[in-house]
Amino acid sequence: MDLTYTPKQNAFRAEVRTWLAANLPREPFASYDSREGFEQHRAWEAKLFDSRWSMVMWPAELGGRGSDLIEWLIFEEEYYGAGAPMRINQNGQLLLGPTLMEFGTQEQKQRFLPRMAASLDMWAQGWSEPNAGSDMAAITSKAVLDGDHYVINGQKTWSSRAIYADWLFGLFRSEPGSTRHHGLSFIMVPLNTPGVSIRPIKALNGKDAFAEVFFDDVRVPLNNRIGAEGQGWHVAMATAGFERGLLLRSPARFQATARKLVELYKAHRVSADRDPGLRDAVLDTWMCAEAYAMSAYYTVGRLSRGEQIGAESSINKIIWSELDLKMHETAMRILGARGELVAKGAQAGDAAGWLEGFLFAQSGPIYAGTNEIQRNIIAERMLGLPK
Amino acid sequence: MDFTFNDDQLAFREAISRFLMTEAAPEMLREIWETDIGRSRDLRNKIAEQGLTALSVPEAEGGMGMDDVTWALMTQELGYYAIPDSLADTAYVATGLLADLPAQHPARADLLPRIADGSLRMAISHPVNALVSDAQLAEVLILVHGDEIHVVPRSEVNVDNHLSIDASRRLGQVTWTPSAATCIASGEQGRALQAQLLDRGALSVAGQLLGLAQRMLDLSVDYVAQRKQFGKPIGSFQAVKHHLADVARYIEQAKPVLYRAAHALARGDVNAGVRVSQARLAANEASWIAARKGIQVHGAMGYTWEVDLQMFMKRAWALDSSWGDRGFHKTRVSDYLFADATGLGPGHTFEE
Repeated sequence: MDLTYTPKQNAFRAEVRTWLAANLPREPFASYDSREGFEQHRAWEAKLFDSRWSMVMWPAELGGRGSDLIEWLIFEEEYYGAGAPMRINQNGQLLLGPTLMEFGTQEQKQRFLPRMAASLDMWAQGWSEPNAGSDMAAITSKAVLDGDHYVINGQKTWSSRAIYADWLFGLFRSEPGSTRHHGLSFIMVPLNTPGVSIRPIKALNGKDAFAEVFFDDVRVPLNNRIGAEGQGWHVAMATAGFERGLLLRSPARFQATARKLVELYKAHRVSADRDPGLRDAVLDTWMCAEAYAMSAYYTVGRLSRGEQIGAESSINKIIWSELDLKMHETAMRILGARGELVAKGAQAGDAAGWLEGFLFAQSGPIYAGTNEIQRNIIAERMLGLPK
Repeated sequence: MDFTFNDDQLAFREAISRFLMTEAAPEMLREIWETDIGRSRDLRNKIAEQGLTALSVPEAEGGMGMDDVTWALMTQELGYYAIPDSLADTAYVATGLLADLPAQHPARADLLPRIADGSLRMAISHPVNALVSDAQLAEVLILVHGDEIHVVPRSEVNVDNHLSIDASRRLGQVTWTPSAATCIASGEQGRALQAQLLDRGALSVAGQLLGLAQRMLDLSVDYVAQRKQFGKPIGSFQAVKHHLADVARYIEQAKPVLYRAAHALARGDVNAGVRVSQARLAANEASWIAARKGIQVHGAMGYTWEVDLQMFMKRAWALDSSWGDRGFHKTRVSDYLFADATGLGPGHTFEE
């Protein structure tokens, strides 16, 4: 064990920091749940890609730097430490990307990965259906073979930012009469295909944050399927693993929020200290964010020894989602009467950012597999309790 | 940046675990704890034969010269098997202090080889602990007086015994008269060594608490898998599953914090004490949640003397305030966190 960064790692950190200092726009980005904000984020992604920062762990031929996981953690620390915006194409880059690398054909990798790294294609997810939420194996949307195409009919829902996206990937029932996790295929669908219609769902922040996607005789070529026919569940489980695992929610974002919360507390100390629980919550969440960071490095260490991570991904998901919620709840309580103010009035100031984060944090314990499902996974796969 | 244990460390841990599994089974511990002295010379000798008491004694003094990082693993094993206080206090905390003395210091030559061969039992006083554990039984005590540290034979102190709800604990109030003859360090050096003593003591408890938490989780998992109600194992019900999933979460969350703290001590980080206190708070929380959820899923059986859970719960409750209570550790972290000069946020986690 040696928890000292190497000179190479320090140089990498310095390079990221220098680049961000020179290139990160000073004015805040608009919400990516709007057309204007979405395109602003897409332009930022293109800028990251041009300097090979969009996917540091991907190989150079795909526009990356071939970084290892430690360099990736360093990149994330500098990125979120500098206050850079949320990454908007994570569905593609962090979920579908690794899936393609593991299960995709050479042709598929060539066709999708470089455009994904550059955010020329923006990706939406197509898992949930009206009657298939936590119980994802209840999927009924069909993909029927017709020559060298699938014909897709059905409905997906809760697809984040699908109204702005270019592509959707998800699970469809391709074997007629199959049930549960059998007979599903993992298929990528261009959202401009005739027969696709997308209806936005307004989130509680009033923005079109997610959408329903309807498929009406949508024809998709067979070479848009990842993995074997009927093996979609297996492919999707690997994707869900990436999502819950290390990559999707790196600790740096939460450490940056924890630091902001310490600053918020200090700036409002006199009023905050009237409630003794607030100081304690600030301390507690800061320690939790630090613990999550240490755990990420420890996980990287375990992976480097050839160990597999399994249900620990579910532990991570519970940690970051509950942490994010508690930090924002604490901020709202520190802000007091200003907490409810949205961004428009003069009084709102920094409060509006916390409010937005507070609203988004409500979704953390729900998306990417509810925390109840995560606890089932921990109990069954890690502790071996009976189903 | 390498956050891993090496093969030697992992193999040693595995060996100690296998050894304690058979030699320190709960029914044997119950017998030992019910005796007046509460200790078994035989078990102590066997543990010494495994090399545990020589672990961090420097090689020059007959030991293996391993550091705090290895102890972060070993203390978890000591906790898991509920090995009484004097082993970690002697082999880790006291050894750490003695090994920090200058090379020619007579206390080193006198004590370290005896620690390594397992023949010496030591007890340590520190201002954060009102009572001294194993004071009655120790052959030699490390006692703190102002900024001084003394090494005092048992024959020169009086011990007033106190019983704990944790049947493994043997606590004593020590009265003694300091003299120049027993003083091994004072002034700046004394204060620095006392601070090290405290951090090692606190880290040792953090490791033991995590080991205890894991034991309580394992006992609970076994119980809910075999206990049936409504025609099936109670472990198949989500309410029960989620209790135990939470315990697993707090244990896993605390482990890297413990390891990072151990590394901070070994590397001599400026804020090592803060890291140790973070590890303590995480481990304290994990162990109390493991106790609370553990007794809940055991139902009334968990409230009995007969079921082993109580041995580990009571030890977790008792150790909670040993080597600094939560208030002490929280204050250390909060003084650091809210100080103006503290550099916070991403990238600061592994600062030296």
